[in-house]
Amino acid sequence: MVDGNGKTSSLIQVRGLDKKYQRGSEEIDVLQGLNLDVEKGDFVVFMGPSGSGKTTLLNLLGGLDVPSRGSITVAGDEITHMSRSKLTEWRARHVGFIFQMYNLIPVLTAYQNVELPLLLTKLSKAERRKHVETALAVVGLADRVNHYPRQLSGGQEQRVAIARAIVSDPTFLLCDEPTGDLDRKSADEIMGLIERLVREYHKTVLMVTHDPLVAKRANMTLHLEKGVLVEASAKSGVAS
Amino acid sequence: MRFFPLIFANLFRKKMRTILTVGSFAVALFLFGLLFVVRGAFSQGVDVAGADRLVVINRTSIIQPLPLSYQDRLLKIPGIKLVTYANWFGGVYQDEKNFFPQFAISTETQRQMFPEFIVPDEEWNKFVGDREGAVVGEGLAKRFGWKLGDRIPIRGTFIPGTWEFNIDGIYHGKRVADDTTQFWFHWKYLDERKQFSKGFVGWYTVRIDDPGKAAQLVKTIDQEFANSPWETKTDTEKSFAASWVKQFGNIQFLILTIGGVVFFTLLLVTGNTMAIAVRERIGELAVLKALGYSDVFVLVLVLTESLLVALVGGILGMALAKLFTLAGDPTRGLLPYFYLPSVAIAGGIFVALLVGITAGMLPAVTAMRLRVVDALRRV
Repeated sequence: MVDGNGKTSSLIQVRGLDKKYQRGSEEIDVLQGLNLDVEKGDFVVFMGPSGSGKTTLLNLLGGLDVPSRGSITVAGDEITHMSRSKLTEWRARHVGFIFQMYNLIPVLTAYQNVELPLLLTKLSKAERRKHVETALAVVGLADRVNHYPRQLSGGQEQRVAIARAIVSDPTFLLCDEPTGDLDRKSADEIMGLIERLVREYHKTVLMVTHDPLVAKRANMTLHLEKGVLVEASAKSGVAS
Repeated sequence: MRFFPLIFANLFRKKMRTILTVGSFAVALFLFGLLFVVRGAFSQGVDVAGADRLVVINRTSIIQPLPLSYQDRLLKIPGIKLVTYANWFGGVYQDEKNFFPQFAISTETQRQMFPEFIVPDEEWNKFVGDREGAVVGEGLAKRFGWKLGDRIPIRGTFIPGTWEFNIDGIYHGKRVADDTTQFWFHWKYLDERKQFSKGFVGWYTVRIDDPGKAAQLVKTIDQEFANSPWETKTDTEKSFAASWVKQFGNIQFLILTIGGVVFFTLLLVTGNTMAIAVRERIGELAVLKALGYSDVFVLVLVLTESLLVALVGGILGMALAKLFTLAGDPTRGLLPYFYLPSVAIAGGIFVALLVGITAGMLPAVTAMRLRVVDALRRV
């Protein structure tokens, strides 16, 4: 999986990915020659010390940033050469984001927050309602549709964020430390929910975390150090 | 339509801020409306002046008279169709605060010269046959509650004594801007009673065949009376009205300056408010972009919010200004044409939208250019 020798039919293929940042006159290599294959339904966790390039990799996979070199292909689409506007459209169709700080819009209700990705589709109001209610039911918040984020606990806010991420049925989910701001109990609940999405709904999940307990629940853990994938460990029974 | 909840939710994020910003627009537009009304009041004479009418006054000053005999001489000049004359009276009705213009007019030619003032034939005929008769504008009649048949005492100022008049007619203006606050009575009645300047008039108004020859006729008239004891100064009615307004100072410049300062201040206030509103939710805008909302959508979102604030404030301000003018001239006679036309209301709202879009443009472009990765790092 990490050496880039996976099947050409992999859902996500990363080849020779470099990312450099310019800081003054200094050039910093954040990611170097990274290769990766992720199959549909995989639950992959990226771990590593701060500054190892985990979030940068997630941003590149989500089309939020562009690499300095190399390619990323998702479901047959190479995204590294897409224009900014094409990339925006692609994100709307293929990526569901879950952030550490939930990043809900505070002036919108849970329902309106979850509906946001669907407003970009051609779905009718009734169809959107059906999708939103289903997504909120999946995360166990069917009775909180009209609540504002300030009226919800941290765990509930993150559930709304998950509902928002899955409501348009994206190709894969990108989670940037989704339990980083939660207590252990809420973190367990969120991880249980993400595992359910993988197990029952066959979602592909790529997650960044510092928490070894969270990482244990993934099919595959990849360790990054100074921009290089240094180690991969898989749960027993999962092919590497 | 589907994005309205998002727009409205953002607008009401900080209710007090939105209310105050809308209030700033409303106050500025209210002031704009009033300035427009005052400008209109001063320039009303200019706007409604007849293109085919010239005004002939004494070369020295309008308060110096001209002989009545000039009427026949004026009529002999080729290109002049009709001549009428009038005198300023300057009387006081009950109290000196009750100012309104009184003119002693020629009953033979007044109606033909000023067809924009409509007097029913029956009332006009009664006025012509009544030596102490008067015709008043409907605005003036309304102001003092006068009716046909009322007897009105006017105290003369430069011609002492109390003058009593019968209200024989009430005239209406053809256009909204026509002045309906005038008081007309017989020039002959004035000439009989005054002790000085008998056989003299205040000014002449002449109608010409071809407005295109006005400049030439102005010269011809003044040459006709050159080197006489009562030389003339002729002008088009429009120029005459404009020079009359200029005596009060450069009203147009004053109004433009005040209006400009008000709108510039509004632009700064709104621009600052919108910048703060965008800065406060950089993270949210970045999330929208991450979810697939385009740069252009974010630009339009911020601009729409700014425009909505401007639109609501603009409509509110202009509505208040209109209501204020409906109550009538607050100076009780100094601004007889106290009216806010529809074109000014539309213009005011357009200016408000212009300020709204200008104020919102910089924050909107900032939001459009926002890089998701940078913005999320700041959250």
